[in-house]
Amino acid sequence: MAGQQRVFRERIRATESLKKIFRAMELIAASRIGKARDHVRASVPSAQALTRAVSAVATHADIDHPLTSERTDTNRVAVVVVTSDRGMAGAYSANAIREAEHLVANCMEAGKEVRLYAVGRRAISYYSFRDRILDGHWSGDSDRPSVELAHEIADTLLRAFLAKPEDGGVGELHIVFTQFETMVTQTPRVIRMLPLEVVEGVEEPRGDEAMPLYDFEPSPEAVLDALLPRYVRNRIFACLLQAAASELAARQSAMHTATKNAEDLVRSFTRRANAARQAEITQEISEIVSGSDALAAKT
Amino acid sequence: MAELVVDLVGADRTIWTGSAVSVSAPAADGGIGILPGHSPLMAILREGRVTIVPVGGRAVRFDVLGGFISVDSDRVTIVADESPIANARGAGSPRSGSQ
Repeated sequence: MAGQQRVFRERIRATESLKKIFRAMELIAASRIGKARDHVRASVPSAQALTRAVSAVATHADIDHPLTSERTDTNRVAVVVVTSDRGMAGAYSANAIREAEHLVANCMEAGKEVRLYAVGRRAISYYSFRDRILDGHWSGDSDRPSVELAHEIADTLLRAFLAKPEDGGVGELHIVFTQFETMVTQTPRVIRMLPLEVVEGVEEPRGDEAMPLYDFEPSPEAVLDALLPRYVRNRIFACLLQAAASELAARQSAMHTATKNAEDLVRSFTRRANAARQAEITQEISEIVSGSDALAAKT
Repeated sequence: MAELVVDLVGADRTIWTGSAVSVSAPAADGGIGILPGHSPLMAILREGRVTIVPVGGRAVRFDVLGGFISVDSDRVTIVADESPIANARGAGSPRSGSQ
């Protein structure tokens, strides 16, 4: 009986210390998320400028650029999965990976060959555990992506897209990331990055005026050549920033729930420990009473 | 006198924003200077120095590795590539100096 009490006390201690860890992780995520959202906000001006510029060139000249035209010479499709480096973020990485697996299955059904690229250690370990070949992977700082990382990813993918079919060129590029909507909602999304569809962008350019007739220096083609890769890099960077904010939000809410659960566990263990102690006391009393009764009966 | 509305942005931040008297930038085939009333222009930048003269202020200079500039009805937008080393040292902020 005394053994049972000790077992409960030990489990309470263990749960208490876990609770402290969860609480600390929740606070860390909460403090970083503000910064992550600031980064998202800070990247908006350049994204807007680029979108506006690209659509300006697009309306001015007939776009016939390798990055905007469909490739018919290869049926390979590149899929980039953006996940976190560390766990403890609830279903964040699992959701992104599931979305990617859907996409991969769809592509396979359509008779396409899928090339996988992974960002974040969770995706890397998921695919390497299943012996799936990754054409490229990046990890580190998934909750604080740098411009350089985005450039590296974009350059690798652009190279793959522009490569000849026999060198492993891909015809399409999809990116799977998690869109940060609110602190409680983050949705995994798939977007087709390449070939680029030049739309008027997320933000309509101020509609009251027509696009001016720009002079291009040195030439429209050269400007487009310089703009489009920059645009792709910018889009990829935006995806990484969204994913980072989502990761932190997911981690914060997961750790919040974990802290709550730990508290519940501690409470129920405390009750059971008390019950065990009471049972022990009752038993001891009845032993004493029955002992003294036996002695009294003798005399 | 008309003024230019200038936005100088990097990939992950706004570097400088405000109204200015003139802007000069290293375009791909020679430096260009922009004054209010410039015709719409879109140009690629090469490595060099962007100089902005704010209204009633001293010139602001900023080194870029590349980028592009667009000018449209006195609105100037410069998207600059910053050097990562300068960023790491915290020296990426614009320097003020007399023109």
